Amino acid sequence: MNMLTPLVALSELFPRGVSPYLLGGLLVGLGAATIYLATGIIAGASTFLESSLSYVSEVKRFNRYKYVSSRNWRVVFTVGIVSGAAIYTLISGQGAWTTDVQWWRLLAGGFLVGVGTRLGKGCTSGHGVCGVGSLSNTSFVNVATFLAVAIGTAQLVQALGVSP
Amino acid sequence: MSDTGRSPWFLPVIYIGGIIFGVGLALSGMAKPEIVLDFLQFEDFGLLFVMGGAALVTGIAFAVATRYLGSAPLTGSEYRRRVKNLDRNVVVGGVVFGGGWGLSGICPGAAYASVGIGNVPILWAIAGMFLGAYAQGYWRSTRSDEAVPSN
Repeated sequence: MNMLTPLVALSELFPRGVSPYLLGGLLVGLGAATIYLATGIIAGASTFLESSLSYVSEVKRFNRYKYVSSRNWRVVFTVGIVSGAAIYTLISGQGAWTTDVQWWRLLAGGFLVGVGTRLGKGCTSGHGVCGVGSLSNTSFVNVATFLAVAIGTAQLVQALGVSP
Repeated sequence: MSDTGRSPWFLPVIYIGGIIFGVGLALSGMAKPEIVLDFLQFEDFGLLFVMGGAALVTGIAFAVATRYLGSAPLTGSEYRRRVKNLDRNVVVGGVVFGGGWGLSGICPGAAYASVGIGNVPILWAIAGMFLGAYAQGYWRSTRSDEAVPSN
């Protein structure tokens, strides 16, 4: 009995198992590494927001050289992400999936994510994956900050009885 | 668009990299806000393996390329690490991003992948992200100390 206790504890920490998370994470890294090794580009997902705004906005900030010169490949990268997820969904035969999280949480949360990633110079892929992979102190600070605040926010929302 | 010196394989490889990235996000469950929220509410710690596994692979790629390889074959660019200046914005941005991530369970890459798994309501989050990025850029462009030459 005693020997099983650690296993039971592990299964409580990972109710859906570990392998899809680990395998998925390795693939996320492999996708970023493929682009990096071929082109030298360190791809984050959130710069797409600003660089794409340069197509439709006259605001000077969005029309800086680094955004305008990268906006086309960033669209291709993003379409690739959508395609990859669609291919996985088709091959795994799971069918389309829809969230139950309420629209106002998605909209308001998305707004804060849009402000925060651009102000903080990156998101979960830029700082969390590529920055941490680069052992960048800036990224460690950013990731520790957003993880702590996100945990606090999610727990607060849950405690207030907002679900899903 | 500075396409000079780029291989015709540039965009195809970016697309293939994006596909692998998107498969990873879908397989790992990160395209589902519920799974991210389960992590943040301490009900499923799997997300640690997603970020850890991904950072491990990119970390190896950065270490090998910057140490042993010269320049990237498709662009001729020198291999570098991702190092950005640490300033107040990094912390303030992290706080704001964390609030949004904790409220919605969604971050940029995962939101795009979520479209691919057929999650139509995620368009609310993507609309929010564009509005937020626009508001941030507009606000900063009105501050004189942020004025940057366009080229």
